[in-house]
Order: sequence, then structure tokens, then C-alpha cells
Amino acid sequence: MLEQQLLNALTLGSVYALFALGFTLVFGVLAVINLSHGAIFMVGSYAALWLVSHLDAPLWLAMLGAMLLSGTLGLLVDVLILKPLRARNAPHLTPMIATIGVGIMLTSAAQGMFGAEVLRFPEETLPAGEFIVGGVHVRALEIAIVAIAFILMAVLFTALKRTQLGRALRAIAESPKAASLLGINVEGLFHVTSFVAAALGGIAGVLIGLDFNAITPQMGQPMLHKGLAVIILGGMGDIRGALIGGLFLGFAEVISKAYLSSQMGDAVAFGLLFLILLVRPSGLFGRVLERKA
Amino acid sequence: MEWFNDFWSTYSTLVFSVGVHALLALSIWLTLSCGLLSLANAAFMGIGAYVSALLTLQLGWSFPLVLLTGGIAPAVVALLIGAPVLRLSGVYLAMATLAFGEVVRITVLNLEITGGPEGLNGIPLETEGWHIAALLALTIYGLARLRRSKVGRAFEAIKEDEVAARLMGINVDRYKLLAFTLGSFIAGVAGALNAHFTFFISPREYGFEAAVDILTMAVLGGISSLIGPLLGSSIITLLPELLRSLHDYRSFVNGAVLVLVVLFLPKGLWDPRRFRKWFGKAKGAEA
Repeated sequence: MLEQQLLNALTLGSVYALFALGFTLVFGVLAVINLSHGAIFMVGSYAALWLVSHLDAPLWLAMLGAMLLSGTLGLLVDVLILKPLRARNAPHLTPMIATIGVGIMLTSAAQGMFGAEVLRFPEETLPAGEFIVGGVHVRALEIAIVAIAFILMAVLFTALKRTQLGRALRAIAESPKAASLLGINVEGLFHVTSFVAAALGGIAGVLIGLDFNAITPQMGQPMLHKGLAVIILGGMGDIRGALIGGLFLGFAEVISKAYLSSQMGDAVAFGLLFLILLVRPSGLFGRVLERKA
Repeated sequence: MEWFNDFWSTYSTLVFSVGVHALLALSIWLTLSCGLLSLANAAFMGIGAYVSALLTLQLGWSFPLVLLTGGIAPAVVALLIGAPVLRLSGVYLAMATLAFGEVVRITVLNLEITGGPEGLNGIPLETEGWHIAALLALTIYGLARLRRSKVGRAFEAIKEDEVAARLMGINVDRYKLLAFTLGSFIAGVAGALNAHFTFFISPREYGFEAAVDILTMAVLGGISSLIGPLLGSSIITLLPELLRSLHDYRSFVNGAVLVLVVLFLPKGLWDPRRFRKWFGKAKGAEA
């Protein structure tokens, strides 16, 4: 029984990590809490569903399409909203408020277009098959989810660590001004980051949509809150922290659902978030940032 | 007078809502005026609503006492969580208060006494128009006085530059706690008023969306004066009524308002400086 729960936790946790990775990337590079990330996650899963059920696209193509669409949305948010705010040198809470607005607009648009009811992927589009490994029922779907999440994360880690682009991004995370003086195209990389982060959010939406096979316009909201819990847990802007925090939240949630009560599972994320902020605001792995006077 | 009776029977709930929302907008204005972005006001409103409704339903307390307790209960909570939470600043404070709001919502959802997800039903109608009007007037008067007092100046100094304020000898932590607690008191009273005319309350009304709505009112109206929140709350309350034909897309407009205001009217609708520029002397307009 415990093994089964651990598998659930790993599946859930890997998607949380994927979602939070995009979230924390934007914070690390753009220094913006993008509260539309949850809505973009939701858009991703609707996009995949639409591609599968209206265009009969195979699932992998639908995932790609979902990433493309949500990535483009993220790019648009950056170009149309965050960029003018940067140009104006707006106080750091302003972009956060603006992205709340974007989230409301996307959620409402999805509700208008697809209705408030729960939509599901057609059964035949889901990867079928189930194995029993050591008494644990493993769905092919779960393996696919964990594999996709980890492959994408590995690609991102490698890109950040080893490529010129990654080095430039890390330079910007240190100081956009210094990076710009070094000849790095800061604005361009802000756009790239927004696109990649939103694409990761979108694919996370597809994966969660597949795992629970339930898509609603409101699904982004709890995910957003979980994402916040994860990046605060892992330290804001900390890529490695997002991975560990995501997995940790997945386990904490599944275990408390199994052994406490199903409702408490939802409270765990926020309780944890609240506690971490009070005890160690820099996150479990974060550095302490001194306020620049 | 007949037209008035017709109008009142149709729109009294709406007018009541405008008043309650105005109180909520003023409650977040208070924390914002001290430079704190707290998203806990919806939760404080919820605490006020639930505490007051339970006192009425279970203990049959008199309404004035219920209202007062509805304000004191969240204020006590704010005092307790204030000391640790207010050490955080900027986005961290916003996140912590957001998480606090969710913890409150989920707790209410799971408690027996609060009726869980079904909420509380059959709260007697106690709130009358003049209650709201009087309390709103009192709040506006109090806040206007506060702004011009030593406390108000301290809030403003903290908002402009916390370090400088501290260096000038202002007890920053204590003033922040004061703004946070007073704000929660106003939000709690608003919640108590609201619970006693809507007949029914449920945890859904006090979640993240409510918190964002309250913030939208203040941001839309502008926080440079007390008129801003009043204007913002009226618009946000009346807008859905005017947009009834859009039903599914109504909240879309709310979101769009938030984005457009932030982009194009960073100081909100009510910005005396902009007015001076528009309507002031011709010289000013050129500059």
C-alpha cells in the first residue's frame, strides 16, 4: 500500500516540480512573481484536449502544441505587460498585480469557451497498459508522466549549466544591469525565459490533466498556490530548490491524504508555505538576501 | 416616493454591497498606506463574518455587540500572526498573507461548527442601510483624521522608505502591526455586516478571488487619497450589474480592468496630481 502511495507521490511531485521550475525561473531571471502561471497551466491542458479531440492529433503532438501555445501566451504577457512595466521602473509589486489580472482573464475566457464543467480526455487517447511491479500497479501513463517531467527538467538543467544561453541567464539573475553591460541581450533573454517558463507550465497542465483526467477552468488556482509553496520551500529563484521542493510537496500531500484526511492534503501545502515563511523565508536551500538600501 | 421604493426593493442589496465593499477597500487602503501588500483581508472578513454569524445564531447576542466582536476577532488574529508575518516584506508578505488566507479558508471548510462547505444558513437579517452608512462614515472620518495625525505621517514615512523611517526614530514594527490590525478590524466589521444581510455565508466567498477583488478595488481607485478606494469599490461592485449581458465573461472584464489600470493608470483613477495637470493652469498642462 505504501509503495502505491509513493508512486502516486512521485508522479504528482514530478509535475509539481516541473510547474514550479517555470515559476521560479521567471522569478530568478525577471524578478517577477508571475501569478498568471496557474492560468497558463490550465490553458495548456485545454489546448492539448482541444487538439486531441477536435483535430485528432496524437498525444505527443498535442503536448507540443500545448507547450507552444502556453509559451506564446507567456511571451505575450512579457512583451505586452511586463516590458512596459520594466521600462517604467514600476515598483516590484506592480507586475504581480498585473499578472493576477491576466490570470483572471484567462480563467474567465476558458470558462466562456469551454464551460465550467469538467472535461476529460477520450479514453482511447490515453496510453493504456498497466504493469504490476512488486505488487504495485504501475500505469503506463504514470511512467510517461514521470519520464516527460524528468527529461524536460534534465534538459533545462543542462541548458542552464552548460550552454552560453544558460550562462547569460545566470548572469542576468545576478544582476540585469551588469549583464547588459557585458553585452548580453537582456530584453531578448527575458522574452526567452518567459516563453520557456510558460511552456513548462503548459506541459505540466497537460500532465496533470492526463493524470487526473479532469480539466476545469479553475484547475490553475490550487496549482498556483502549490507552485508558490514549492518555490518558497525551495528558495525563490532557486532551480534545484524547485525540483526538490516539488517532489517534497508531492510526498507530503499524498502521505497526509492517505494517513490524515483528504481535505488536509490541501492544507499541507499552505501550512508548509506559511511555516517556511515564518521560520526561514529564504527557503530551505536559499541564500539570505540583504536588502539593498 | 414610489419610484424610490421600487428602486430600493430592487437594488437595496446592491447598495448594501457597495457600502460593504467600500469598507473592505478602505481596510486594504490602510495597510497599503503603510506600504504593506497584505492579501489577508478577505480572510479577516471571513473570520468576522463567521464569528458574528455564529454569535447571532448560537448565542443570540445583540447586533451591536456582534458587530464589535466581528471586528475584534480578526484583530486578535492579526495581532497574533502580525509579529512574525510583518517581518516579511514585499512579495514575501503577499505570499505569506495569501497562504494565511488559504489556511483560514480550508480550516473553515473542515470545521463542524462552521457548517463545512455548505456554510451557514439562515442568518437573520439584522443589517440596515443606516448601519452600513453610519459605520462607513465613521470609518472615513476616522481614517481621514488618522491620515493627518502623527500615526498617518508615520505610515507614509514607512511606505516611502522603511530604512529612513527607522532612522528617524519611527517604531516601524509597531506602526506596521497597528496598520495590519486596524485593517483587519475594519474588514471583520465589513464581514459581520455582510453576513447579516446575505442570509448565507460559505467559505468560497472568502478565498483568493475575494482577496484579489478587494485589492482590485483599491488599485483601480488609487490609494493616494481616501476617495480612491471608495470610487474603486463602487465601480467594481456596479460593473458586473452593468455587464449582465456578458455573463460568462464578466470576470474577464475585472481582470482586464486590473491589467489596464496597472499599465495605464499606475496611480489609479483618482489621482489628484493628474487632475491638476489636466484641469489646472495652462502652464501646468504644458509641463
